[in-house]
Parts: sequence; structure tokens; C-alpha cells
Amino acid sequence: MDPSDRTLTTYDVLRKHGVDRRSFLRFCTQSAAALGLSAAFVPKMVAAMETKPRIPVLWLHGLECTCCSESFIRSSHPIAQDIILNLISLDYDDTLQAAAGFQVEEIRRKIMKDYKGQYILAVEGNASTKDGGVYCTVGGDTFLNVLQETAKDCKAIVAWGSCASNGCVQAAKPNPTGAKPIRELITGKPIINVPGCPPIAEVMTGVLAYILTFDALPELDRQGRPKMFYGQRLHDKCYRRAFFDAGQFVEAWDDEGARKGWCLYKMGCRGPTTYNSCSTFKWNCGQGWPVNSGNPCIGCAEDNFWDNGPFYQRLSNVLVPGIDSTPDKIGETLLVASGVGVAAHLTVMATRKHFSKPEEPAQSENSGQKE
Amino acid sequence: MSKRVVVDPVTRIEGHLRVEAILDDRNVIGDAISSGTMWRGIEVILEGRDPRDAWAFCERICGVCTTVHALASVRSVESALGITVPKNAEIIRNIMQLTQYVQDHVIHFYHLHALDWVDVVSALKADPAATAALAQKVSPSWPTSTPGYFSDVAGTLKKFVDSGQLGIFQNAYWGHPAYKLPPEANLMAVAHYLEALKWQKEIVKIHTVFGGKNPHPHYLVGGTASAINMQGDNAINMERLELVHGLIKDAQQIVEGLYIPDLMAIASFYPEWTTIGGGLGSYMVYGDIPQNGVNDPSKFKFPRGVILNKNLSEVLPIDPSDTNQIQEEVSHSWYKYPNGTKGLHPSEGITDVNYTGPKPPYAQLDENNGYSFVKAPRWKGHAVEVGPLARMLVGFASGHDEYKEVVTEALGRLKLTPAALFSTLGRTAARGLETRLAARWLLAEYDRLIANLKAGDSATADTKLWDPKTWPADCKGFGLEEAPRGALGHWIHIKDQKIANYQIVVPSTWNASPKDAQGQRGAYEAALLGTPMADPKRPVEILRTIHSFDPCLACATHVTSPEGETLAEVIVR
Repeated sequence: MDPSDRTLTTYDVLRKHGVDRRSFLRFCTQSAAALGLSAAFVPKMVAAMETKPRIPVLWLHGLECTCCSESFIRSSHPIAQDIILNLISLDYDDTLQAAAGFQVEEIRRKIMKDYKGQYILAVEGNASTKDGGVYCTVGGDTFLNVLQETAKDCKAIVAWGSCASNGCVQAAKPNPTGAKPIRELITGKPIINVPGCPPIAEVMTGVLAYILTFDALPELDRQGRPKMFYGQRLHDKCYRRAFFDAGQFVEAWDDEGARKGWCLYKMGCRGPTTYNSCSTFKWNCGQGWPVNSGNPCIGCAEDNFWDNGPFYQRLSNVLVPGIDSTPDKIGETLLVASGVGVAAHLTVMATRKHFSKPEEPAQSENSGQKE
Repeated sequence: MSKRVVVDPVTRIEGHLRVEAILDDRNVIGDAISSGTMWRGIEVILEGRDPRDAWAFCERICGVCTTVHALASVRSVESALGITVPKNAEIIRNIMQLTQYVQDHVIHFYHLHALDWVDVVSALKADPAATAALAQKVSPSWPTSTPGYFSDVAGTLKKFVDSGQLGIFQNAYWGHPAYKLPPEANLMAVAHYLEALKWQKEIVKIHTVFGGKNPHPHYLVGGTASAINMQGDNAINMERLELVHGLIKDAQQIVEGLYIPDLMAIASFYPEWTTIGGGLGSYMVYGDIPQNGVNDPSKFKFPRGVILNKNLSEVLPIDPSDTNQIQEEVSHSWYKYPNGTKGLHPSEGITDVNYTGPKPPYAQLDENNGYSFVKAPRWKGHAVEVGPLARMLVGFASGHDEYKEVVTEALGRLKLTPAALFSTLGRTAARGLETRLAARWLLAEYDRLIANLKAGDSATADTKLWDPKTWPADCKGFGLEEAPRGALGHWIHIKDQKIANYQIVVPSTWNASPKDAQGQRGAYEAALLGTPMADPKRPVEILRTIHSFDPCLACATHVTSPEGETLAEVIVR
């Protein structure tokens, strides 16, 4: 984000015009006097002129279930209150805002005009494109129109969750409404995809915090996902990985393996093909994630995960399209039949460990490194 | 001369809702229509899939009322296949469900409903010392209520307002004559809005323990995947249980020390709202919170039954499998049925979406034709309301002691008679009162779990019928539930191990329902009638009543089938 793009404060404007700080302070003192204010007001004036306006965010809702909004307010650092009161200006969000009806549409148009080129467009959900998009209307207009209109003058788009990033459940076969992710509907604007059904709370607030702290968009992978949260597969960071490597699996619900917290690969866990932060800083203030509650991962941050089922079965045609890091090639080709695949994968792992030199870490395709 | 007021989007709900109200020349609402303006077709998307996956798809019907569709889904599959879950699983599911009640209702009160009753700008005029005195009177047990605390909140609010960027508070209705709270009550409510916002992220950890995450914790056909091992550290054990135990106790403190006192205090300033927003006067409850399996409703904590026409002396029975009792009509909905406007039971349901509304962008809908993606469910031909008020009335009328206790106490404190319950305020109070019960039951379920573990039972899943090879070639079932917003049902037909048909009738479908072929309005529409508006351009009164139902429109809009689905699929009895 180019500093000249930020919404400029009075101080910024003066500095841009070559006014140095000493002259600025003198300006404040003289202005205060001219306004009949005592010297005590000078620091207040200085502060007001130096304070950056909070970046306006227009948070639209299309075809969605609102789990992204709910996840967002679960954030423990920063907490929702701090985001809404101190970090951003959440100007449009029909889940939380006080106004309704035409007053809400007035706000949207006003922000688009007053902060042209400066506001963030956050999208939760996606648009229906079939039959003119009648399957989702807001204020009497199709969400598709509202989205395209609002995107025109935004600075950047944050596509919250799997709906906005990939399509999610309404786009699963046969996609009755012609639902499409934002990247297929809007071009010419930077889009940050933050997938997950929903995304982890601190991933969502972390993306915003990064933008505000570093005045820059995070580095994105080829799917437009921030590398800082979607750079590694869950399998590679999973605390049950040792059980996978040792060949100890849950074979049936509530069996010995389940009670010992063994690997859930055989129950269909999508950890090996899912990129997210669930296995590192986890969910709900780090309390846990599906795997450590005994539930296999269903891969909710990956494109097409709804159509890569059934969830409890490992399938050979799980697609891993266009990702930055190299998938575990051996593991993937051996996903043909779960029993054979697992055994062979394990054999290779054991072999590598056995033959690698003591001072070398075991080489592994599943380190997620770029080749 | 009549005026038409259009509210679209209705905000502070889940999903997309449009309300159009026609006012008479005294600005009193004479007619109203409620329109669901979105649908996704999830039931169609389910066709052909593995029934054991259905819970995950269904859960994504709604992320505000997360868990509810997952639970109804696993129940429907278990009903079709004949699976009974182990006792621990029943209890864990009850704990997850009651957790959802408490969290959902508290958030609803503060973050979705409160701004209809609380004037945030007026809070700026409050005296912190007087606010502290009020707060200590309203809730002596709540630990944070000093003048310094309220002074800090006031300072935070002032700094925010002074920034000139009012965010979610901008362009709203502050100063509207319908706002009646004094500044101190407004400041207290704003402070508690922030407290509740901080707390809601904590209680959901109960879902994380058993289901891995919130929103959208995982469920399992046959029980729960969260195995118990009291002698291990990589499954549910004492540490995980004590986390749950502590969160339950905190939840009780929030409900008894914050939510209920604020609800009672705010309600006391709005007595006229006990005569507005009553609506249908007929209520339906499937019942829930099993103690002996889902097929023994006599032991449900939410008893089953129907009340018609405000008659609290008679609770009528429901038979959910009777196809004549629950039917959905489409005369004013954007679907077409093969038999015109005749209603269909969900187990026979098949529909074709058929948008006949105006081409967007449009200024108004036509109430004489189709005007909603929501269908019109009816019980024995009656339009009924579902949700907290329905549950409290059925529980009260069924003679359950704890219902009588909390209702009588609340009416006594507010100096009201039971007639006051049939109103917007009554509905809002009912939500709070059932949260009191839910918080008590949460602890009771926890104790039940411990007792069952002590008795030596640590089973969490029944896997005898997990393998599809053990299933009959053709079977049907249904899963009923009381979700926070009301009666919920999933009907499933499994053929050759795959979902052949899946139908969902959701609480907000009942409540947001459009008119049926007989011209009977749905609950929202009926409740708006007779509401006076001080200013048609600022719909505070409409929002108060609509929000009292806690709308969830992603839930409400119904199934579609792919175009061209053959009529042979319809099972006509």
C-alpha cells in the first residue's frame, strides 16, 4: 500500500506541501488562538490533525450462512470490540448495524463516494448468476449488481470464507443458483481470498491487522490466499502425525485408537490435502480443532471440498489444483486405495528415516516446500 | 390514504429479508408482507450423496444457528437406519445444543435486538455515578458496576463518536420518540453489549471440545466422534470436562447476572409493547432435549405440543409422521407444485423454484401473487408461531414446574398478567426466560454425563450400522429438533445407500411464511398488524417486532429441485 494512497490527514497534506513539523505546530497554535481557544487546546488540535481516519470497510453479504461473521467476532486477539471501535470503520454490515432499509443503502453509496478508492470491500458469501441473479436480492436489487457496483471504487477486496473464495456449499453440484466466487465475478481489483468454512477467527482478524500494521497487502499464493495462514498443509503440522508415521490409526469410532487419539487418516481425514492454520494455532482461542476432538478434517478451506467426498473415505481423485507448494507426490499417488496407499506411504517414510544421515533431517516431499 | 413502507434489507438478522407494510392514515400498519429474498437449494445439492455426510452440508444452512441442522440431520439418518446413540452421545449432543441456545440468545438480545430499544447516542449524556447506582440496583450480583467502569465505557463511546466515523451506529434512528430509556440505562446497556461481545467467544469452546470448532462443529451419525478416555490425555478426559464445567458456570453467571437483569430493566420501560406484536396466538413445539432417546417425548425438557388461539388450558398433541398434520403450501411463494396450491408433507415434498417476482431492481412486491422464497408451512391448516414464546407457553400450559416458576416470577416483577406474553415484549422476555432454563439444564446435563461415566459407561458411538452394506435398500426417517428459533424438521429418504430425497422445514419458514391459499398470514405478517409507527421513514417499531422473532432467512428458504425433475418422483398417497 503506497503511503500516498492512505486517506490523508491534515498533517499529511501540510507535509506534502512542504510544511515542516515546527511550522505545523506553529500553525496549530495560531489557529487555536484565532478560534479563541486557550493554549490547553493546542495539543488536542495537533492530535486531531495527526490522527488517521480508520479505514472504511463495507462488508457485504450475499448467498451465505453468516458463519464468517460469527467466526470473526470469536477473535481473541484482537477482540471484536477493538476492531470495530479502534482499527477499522465498519460502515456497512447488515448483521450488526443499527440502521435498516434505505438508510443502509444510503450509507453504502456515501462511503463509496466519500472514500472513493480508499475503502475495503469485504464480501461474505457470493452471488447467484442464474436467471439474472434473482436468487439473492438486497434492497430490491440483485446481489450481483450490488457487488459489482460496490467493487468499482474499492481499494481492495477481502473474500471472506469458502463462499466468497471458492463457492462453497451452494456451488456444490449441481449449483442450482449459478453461485460463483468473487474472483469469477470481479476483475481489476486486488482480491485476498481467505477460505475456510468458516475461516479461523484469528486468521480473519490477522489479515486485517496485517494490512493495517504494515500498510501492505499480505503475500498471496497462486490461489490468492495469504501465505502466512495457508502456506502449509495441516498434515505436516499435525500433532497426531507421529501416529500416522507409526501406523497407528483410528479404524472405527470409539475404538482403542479413538480413545488414544491416534491418526484419523483412515476415517477420511483431509489433513494431507488441506492448507490452513487449524493444526498450528487452532480454533476458538487455541482450544482445539476437529482432529483433536476426534473428528477427521473435511478440508473446508480447499476449493471443491464439498464435491471431494464422501468425507469418511479417502479417494483417488482428490484434486490439488494450482497451489504453490508441492504436494506430497508419493502420498497422493498412493491415495488410490486407502489401505495400500497408507501402507506404501508409511514404508517410504520409514525408509527415508532409516537411510537419512543422523545430522540431516528426514527429506520429505510433504514438507510443503516449493521445488 | 395508505402508505407503503419498505424495509429491505432488514438488518440485524441472519440472511435476506424484506418487509413491506401498508399503513393507514393514522400510520398504523394495516397489512404486511414478509419476503425471503434468497435461496441456495441445499436439499437438491444433497441428492445422491452419502447420508453420513449430510450433517456437514446441512449445518451450512446457517452459521448463526450453527449446530442445529447438523443435529437434525444426524437424527434423521439415525431414524431412517434405526440407530440409537449411546447415552453419552445423547448427553453430549444436549450439551452442545444447550450451549448454542445460551450463546445464540445472549448474542441476539445484545447484538441483534438491543439497538431497537437502546439509544446509543443518548448514552453519551449519562452520569457514570448514576449509571453505577442503576446497575447495582438492577443486578447486585454482577461484579463490574463501579462509576469508574461506566466512566471508562462512556469515554470509549465518546472517543468513537468524536472520531466522526460512526461505523455500525451511523444513519440510524437515535432520538426517535419510541426510545424510552433514560441515558443511564442506555449507557449501562452499551457497556453490557461490549461485555456480552467479549463473553460470547468463550462459551463456544464447549463446541470446540466436543466438535472441534465453532462455528460449525463436527457431528457424527451414530453418536459423537469425541471419544472419552478418563485415563488418557488425548481424548475427552477430566481436563476437557472441567473446561466445559467452568464454561457452563460462567454462562450461568452471564445469564443470571447480566442478560436477565438487563432484559427485565429494559422491559420495564416499554409496557406498551405488551400490547403490540402478538400476532397469530397459535404456537407449535416439536419438543426436545431428550433424556431417554428421541422417541420418548414424554421426557423432553421442552415438551411437545400445540396451542391454538391463546388457549393455555389445552395443549394439543402432534404426530410428526402424520402427513396430514404438517404441510407446506406455495400459493404466495416462488415455487410451483404439480397439484397447484395443495399442500405437501415434507416426506412427499418436491418443488420447482419459479420466480414470479418483479425484475430487479424493483421498488415493491405484489402481495396478491408470489412474493417470497419462503414457503407456507401449516399445522392441520393452521398458521402457527414457533420459537421461545411457543416453548415457554407449551411448557407453562403443560404444567412443568420450572416453566411456571420463571414465568410467574418475571410477570410478577414486571407487574403483568399472562396476557402480556402474547406480544413483542412477551416474545422477547420468553427468549430470556428459556435461556435461564437452558443454562440450568446445561449444568444438569453435565452432571448426568459425570454420573453416567461413574456408572462405568464411556461409549460415545454405536457403529453397528456405520457400514452402508448393513443398510436396507430403501428407508425413510426424520429428525425433529427445537432449534433456538423454533421447531425444526429434516426428512430423509435413503435409497441404495444414497440420499434420494431430503426436505427441511425450518423454524423461520414457519415464522417468516407468506400467506397461504386461504389468505392466512404467517407469524411475522400477523404480528405487524396494528403496530403504530411514529415516523414511516424510521421503521423502529417494525424492527422491534421482526427482531423479536430472531429471523434466520438462510434457514427459511426452501428446497428446489433441478428443473425438469419428473413428476414420477412425487409419492402420492
